[in-house]
Amino acid sequence: MTTGFKQVLAADDVARALKRMAHEILERNRGAGRLVLMGIRTRGVPLAERLAANLAEIEGVAVPQGQLDVTLYRDDYARTGPLPLGRTAFPGDIDGRVVVLVDDVLYTGRTVRAALDAVVDHGRPAAVQLAVLVDRGHRELPIRADYVGKNLPTSADEEVRVRLSEPDGADEVLLGAKGAVE
Amino acid sequence: MITDLLSMEDLDTAAITTVLDTAEGFSDIALRPIKKVPVLRGRTVCNLFYEDSTRTRISFELAAKRLSADVLNFSAKGSSVSKGESLKDTALTLQAMGVDAIVIRHSASGAPQQLTRWVDAKVLNAGDGWHQHPTQALLDLFTIRRRLGRIEGLNVAVCGDVYHSRVARSLVQGLLTMGAQVTLVGPPTLMPACVETWGTAVSHDIDAVLPKTDVLYLLRVQRERMAQQFFPSSREYARIWGVDRHRVATLPEDAIVMHPGPMNRGVEITADVADGANSLIADQVTNGIAVRMSCLYLMLGGDA
Repeated sequence: MTTGFKQVLAADDVARALKRMAHEILERNRGAGRLVLMGIRTRGVPLAERLAANLAEIEGVAVPQGQLDVTLYRDDYARTGPLPLGRTAFPGDIDGRVVVLVDDVLYTGRTVRAALDAVVDHGRPAAVQLAVLVDRGHRELPIRADYVGKNLPTSADEEVRVRLSEPDGADEVLLGAKGAVE
Repeated sequence: MITDLLSMEDLDTAAITTVLDTAEGFSDIALRPIKKVPVLRGRTVCNLFYEDSTRTRISFELAAKRLSADVLNFSAKGSSVSKGESLKDTALTLQAMGVDAIVIRHSASGAPQQLTRWVDAKVLNAGDGWHQHPTQALLDLFTIRRRLGRIEGLNVAVCGDVYHSRVARSLVQGLLTMGAQVTLVGPPTLMPACVETWGTAVSHDIDAVLPKTDVLYLLRVQRERMAQQFFPSSREYARIWGVDRHRVATLPEDAIVMHPGPMNRGVEITADVADGANSLIADQVTNGIAVRMSCLYLMLGGDA
């Protein structure tokens, strides 16, 4: 449990949200045939894996998935300086496929903008869609998500922390004041 | 973060590891349909070459272009240098034009260091006299680490014209920093003065060294820097120090052969070894682009 942060989604809630999002993705795209899931590093990657597992369970097909590191496409290199680079891996050709970008939190939209540029450098998908576990508002760019686990109204001095069992030990989403200790 | 890249002496284990890890992230870009990322958009990199070069200049140019920087190529031939312009005035001209980084190759050891006193741009040493060639050392370390999985604990033999070699000076420092054991091999006339202070073993018997060598690094015989006779003839050099398939056969099975180029085929290395299964010479060239992208990326962020 935490002190400065309150839990807004527990492990069960995360699992239900991802299951619903998987159904929505299938409904919107009429099946999983053309889908490619791309997790945005770092926490988008395990989320994409979860979504793929759900899609496999519902449809019985394996949806190709990959990961995207957007560091080299960010717009703040001049301010932040060089950041460590992660691996980008596409599961084959994306031309004509529907790429679903997966991330944990949608906030300013700048990461997604960078991810869109990274995707079009790799090919020409038929469509790109966006799935996020949490949409916390405060967009700075005209970007919206197609699939949202939870809409979470926040203020700019708050911080959303997503914990997933793969890197963090347990699934939960926390909300608290920026920089507060848990 | 690195400010100027002048000498391998300035890089500790952590700094070298950062450059190599970052280069891993850049090595995939060459395999993509669009071999370019936008991270250095709006930055200008000038290649300032006072000495001839093929691979280093092209490699730096490709590295900068793949990061979306604008690249200026300056070679002393055909420039105002032939009208007598000094390095300082050339540097101040570039400064006035607002370049963000200068990649310099110069026949005078220390020229890049001097350049840092005159310009605000970041300076990358692409080879200065007999002194240093740090990006070559970094790409060699990257190539070794990629193939053998580590650098620490490896036995590396650096063979040939150590005396005239800035590559050897940079590489040996980098290898020692990363924890490898280095043996310098070659005729006594081509060993540098005070070689005992380098922290390496020295051998004049290549056949005794090869069986316990993980990385065989051959240096080019630098005839253009030789004002006097350092060995009787190329044929004699090839016979005593040159590496052919018989010598390669005495290396451990997964040992690798490297050469910084350009090669004197038939002198320090035979063609069948240069093109053989143990040779990583083409990998060195490929990896050079990723490593130089890594250096530019690590140097040019943060204060635009």
